Amino acid sequence: MRMPFVVFVGASAGGLEAVRQLLAEMPKLAGPPLVVVQHIAPQARTDLAMVYGESFHGKVLEATDKMMLEPGRAYFAPPGYHLLVEGDLGLALSTDDPVHFSRPSIDVLFESAAVLGSRAVGVLLTGANQDGAAGLKAISEAGGTTMVQDPATAVASAMPLAALELFTPDFVGTVAEIGQRICDLTHGEES
Amino acid sequence: MRPVDPVERHLFLEGVFLRYGYDFRQYSEASINRRLGSLQDKHGDECLLDTLKRVLRSPDSFREVLPLLTVGTTEFFRDPQFFRALREKVFPVLRTYPTFKIWIAGCSTGEEILSLCIALKEEGLLDRAIIHATDINPLALRRARDGIYDLASVETFTRNYVAAGGTQSPSEYYTSDYRLVSFHEHNLVTDAVFTEAHLILCRNVLIYFNRELQNRALNLFSQSLAYRGFLAIGSKESLRFSEVQSFFTPVDAAQNIHQQRPFDAAEGAP
Repeated sequence: MRMPFVVFVGASAGGLEAVRQLLAEMPKLAGPPLVVVQHIAPQARTDLAMVYGESFHGKVLEATDKMMLEPGRAYFAPPGYHLLVEGDLGLALSTDDPVHFSRPSIDVLFESAAVLGSRAVGVLLTGANQDGAAGLKAISEAGGTTMVQDPATAVASAMPLAALELFTPDFVGTVAEIGQRICDLTHGEES
Repeated sequence: MRPVDPVERHLFLEGVFLRYGYDFRQYSEASINRRLGSLQDKHGDECLLDTLKRVLRSPDSFREVLPLLTVGTTEFFRDPQFFRALREKVFPVLRTYPTFKIWIAGCSTGEEILSLCIALKEEGLLDRAIIHATDINPLALRRARDGIYDLASVETFTRNYVAAGGTQSPSEYYTSDYRLVSFHEHNLVTDAVFTEAHLILCRNVLIYFNRELQNRALNLFSQSLAYRGFLAIGSKESLRFSEVQSFFTPVDAAQNIHQQRPFDAAEGAP
């Protein structure tokens, strides 16, 4: 049996709309699990289902400790926690210090995703700081697939630019194009 | 951060256990990878085996490493709603006892102890409470016992205190009084039942453990609780992966506060 892909998504300023758009592009039937870090204030309370549920065919969940990833679901980091993935496709949380002033931090998620090697797909979207660049590079070096939103199409270009300065990802494009690429990858997996 | 080699991680954790008795072998791999990675970077070591070599030969070096592996960051009244739920749903039961015991497991640098003491004081319950605070890390315990915190934490304290249902001016508490708390080194991985308690707080400690270790710790808590005692874990943690889940009923599901069921109900006996 071929191992399934897992898609890791990082977004900050302007990310709500970008993530919503990406979710809308996902396959209707049992797409890959998505694990999302969207920068958010620690006190924030977001009704994830309300914000993202309509555009997504699968189920939207807030990650809890030791949850196992399942196809067709999108897992969001809870505010105030780092979110990490284990080699057995379980999720782990931590309250370690913020990274790039952020908890959850995209780098923390992406660097943990490197244990999945070629099964990891890292996607870095719009944002106004440096978080996620080093982590995306770690996914790339571990053999995973990396995609970055074209800075020209991002609400905030700093985060995608930071990644592009650090290394050359596999793909740079609009959110819709990234979504399409993910579908192609997943489709190839089924056949 | 450079990735940690899984074989080197295994050797490192095994070495630390054999030499110093601290057992991190069943910690969450993702978290321990991150901590070991930053340890390796901090010392500029080429690989984790270099770090291990130093740690094995020098207890001083291990004393520096231990906090990096164990200290969880915490804050005053983290999750203010949790403290509100304690006041509304747990304290009324504790109030029925002439005296009661609380165990704060994994107290780290003590912010939660102080938060709890304040909540108890404002409900007129502090004098009846016997509070035991434990942590694996002696340095964190010392900081907790000293009860001295950065000025920067005052802002969080003030904001969270109000949101947690505090009834006084936050500045009432800028000096702490810890006479009612006793501090002990205790390791949830290797040590046994520590005390009998009516309320056990262990929040955001289990997230660092793998499922087997979580199960061990939760069994320890279950055995430590007085009849119908309360267990509070972090709001994103879960009893779901442990056999003790059936021993508890949720008192506040969102804040993850649970009450141990009467023994006959838990076992289904008449």
